[in-house]
Amino acid sequence: MRNSIIYFLIVIFFIFVFVIFYKGLSNSNLYTPTTNKKSIPEFVSETLIKKKSLNSKDIFNQKKFYLLNIWASWCVPCKDEHPFLINLSKNKKIEIIGLNYKDNLNNAEKFINELGNPYSTILLDKEGIKAIEWGAFGVPETFLIYENKIIKRYIGPLNLQLVDEIKNYIK
Amino acid sequence: MIYSSIGYYSLIFGLTISFPIFFFSIRNFKNEETLDYKIITFSFLQLFLVVLSFLGLIFSFIYSDFSNETVFNNSHTTKPLFYKISGTWGNHEGSLLLWLLVLTLFIFLFLIKSKYLLKKYRILTVLFQQTIIIGFFVFLIKSSNPFNYIFPIPDEGLGLNPILQDPALAIHPPVLYLGYVGSSIIFSSVLAATTLNYISRTWAMHIKKWVLISWVFLTLGILLGSIWAYYELGWGGFWFWDPVENVSLMPWLALTTLLHCISVLEKRSILSSWTIILSITTFTLSMCGTFLVRSGILNSVHTFANDPERGLFILTFLFVLIFIALFIFFVFHKSDNKSSDSFFLLSKETSILINNWFMMYFLSVVLIGTVYPIFLDVISSQKISVGPPFYHKLIIPFLIPFLIFMALGPQLKWIKSGIEKKLHLVVLFIISLLISFFIVKNLEINFLVNTVLIGSAFYLFFMTIRDFFLKGFKNIHQNLAHFGFSLLILSILFNNIFSKELIINLKVGESFKNERFKISFNDLKRFEKKNYISFKGNFSIIENEIEDELEPELRVYNQPNIITSEADIKTTLFTDKFITMNSVQNEKYFNIRYQVKPFMFWIWISVLLISLGGLISLFKKKYEK
Repeated sequence: MRNSIIYFLIVIFFIFVFVIFYKGLSNSNLYTPTTNKKSIPEFVSETLIKKKSLNSKDIFNQKKFYLLNIWASWCVPCKDEHPFLINLSKNKKIEIIGLNYKDNLNNAEKFINELGNPYSTILLDKEGIKAIEWGAFGVPETFLIYENKIIKRYIGPLNLQLVDEIKNYIK
Repeated sequence: MIYSSIGYYSLIFGLTISFPIFFFSIRNFKNEETLDYKIITFSFLQLFLVVLSFLGLIFSFIYSDFSNETVFNNSHTTKPLFYKISGTWGNHEGSLLLWLLVLTLFIFLFLIKSKYLLKKYRILTVLFQQTIIIGFFVFLIKSSNPFNYIFPIPDEGLGLNPILQDPALAIHPPVLYLGYVGSSIIFSSVLAATTLNYISRTWAMHIKKWVLISWVFLTLGILLGSIWAYYELGWGGFWFWDPVENVSLMPWLALTTLLHCISVLEKRSILSSWTIILSITTFTLSMCGTFLVRSGILNSVHTFANDPERGLFILTFLFVLIFIALFIFFVFHKSDNKSSDSFFLLSKETSILINNWFMMYFLSVVLIGTVYPIFLDVISSQKISVGPPFYHKLIIPFLIPFLIFMALGPQLKWIKSGIEKKLHLVVLFIISLLISFFIVKNLEINFLVNTVLIGSAFYLFFMTIRDFFLKGFKNIHQNLAHFGFSLLILSILFNNIFSKELIINLKVGESFKNERFKISFNDLKRFEKKNYISFKGNFSIIENEIEDELEPELRVYNQPNIITSEADIKTTLFTDKFITMNSVQNEKYFNIRYQVKPFMFWIWISVLLISLGGLISLFKKKYEK
């Protein structure tokens, strides 16, 4: 009789420990991208070329279209979409902001020097944290922004069709 | 590409081998007299496949195959070959594959080495071990596959964290894992033995070997981790009570206690309940450690992955094992009734039992300090961190009686000893206290506690030295380990008491002087290395008219872009001179931290002596009765 009470108490105790650990798990830094994020996150970031710190509020402040493009020099599809971005950057109605994701700075600079710079500003995201704040899935990914709202997101590389779609938006 | 595929498919085949092992084991359990040879063959095949899979991963790392996600995340083409290979287990996926490798290796060795034991016992052990193995296989394949393919294939990997690029740390995980995973055999075997009511002296003699193996490896693994922390983290300490360090200390405490219980069981056939519970606890704590580190529930330098799905899997698996173990313990274990009345107050087993309780106390302190912040966070959303003062306050006072019992225990006989001819024990204790008194007298530290603490450490020290002379090679393993422990405690205490530290900002050409030292910053040189740029400072330090040149280093790694500070340490027999420098942002000044740490060398030596004791015990002939 006494033994079964002890047994019972121990089992209860372990179930309690299990529940606590289980709850503790869901407290931890669980990250799933939310696709329906509408407003842009606030952040402060270093920039690649001019090496200064920028606040997100100072970047998207004008009343025009912005394109935020997450890229990296090691990402092969980023190379493929690069000509489209160069093309878009000639359009005065839109400003393209780059977010350099988990990259080596020298490689990133080399990438820009070789392939041209479509970006008005390149923000740095060495740990990949800002990309998480944006709710990004990976590289490349592009956000179309107007008045601090995300209008459209493009997961994966841009192509001719998608560039036409963007051009339609900013007409 | 090809190596990843070989690795992945061997892993899948390895899992399927578990089914024939189960099938033949269950069939063999009821029928024949001898063990079916097929079980050993299949166990070997499984081991072979896991080795193949592990080699597949190693070769993916060597050839920098970035189509493999694990390689991409943890390697880089400019990394030296040695660290490419050690990168294999320096990450979550690879280290779990290593777990699996050791699990399969140990069950195979167990099967070969247990020929003279009961057939049913061997088969049941295989079955329990296979349950664990299957769990790890499924976990690996489902949520931590080391062979994930990424497309598009990146040109370059992300690199291994530079602070992990250190020789001590490269071999630290495998050694530690041999200890951790070795406890799985003890777990499986104790469950099998309990089910069959086979807990006996023969069983104790056989399982003691496995306990010793895990214990030696665990001790060495912890030592390597400590050495790494001392040289690489640049804080000048060797133990930080970091949750992940605690997680390796807890199984060690349980295992050490188990080792002593097994000896009692071997000699006197008592303490069987202790043995069973401790065996289960040791493995549970090892698994629990894996859970705490891998789930991201704790944050520390060791955290590899923040993935709740992985955490949930290990958690569920862990508790399934705990409940199986509890069920078996309560249903099958018949406690030996004679145990309670056969203890005589003055006997070896009593002193072991008392120290077991102390060990359990230390274990609970560490456990609570590690786990309590998680509980508090869940229950009241408060975030706290438990630091060294908590552990010091709770552990240090209890070290005193612990050390004294450790010194007295080996002097007593099994079953019953008298108090005649024991005068020297008292005399030695008084001498130890006196020596300690003269050391502590002139220092500005808490007088009473320190005198008694250092005194009892000296007591153990002298007792063991006396035994070296009196008993010679009889019980040398136990005496050596206890001697090592007393040396460890003394070194740690003196290290704490006599450490000196100086933190200043200096630029090249400047020097700093106080009544004790003069530090001059002579020169700063720049070197280009294969995967980093090194800035080496040259300092000369004059203390007591002795001049030393020290050259700490800053390394700027290119992939990933991290700056690490390499300490320069001048080790002599009795003190270490430890200097680190750090860049102060955008200025010519460097932050210099100079420490004098006495007896560091003896801390490492004493832990080596402790494990040497274990090794000798493992290999000694059975000349004792």
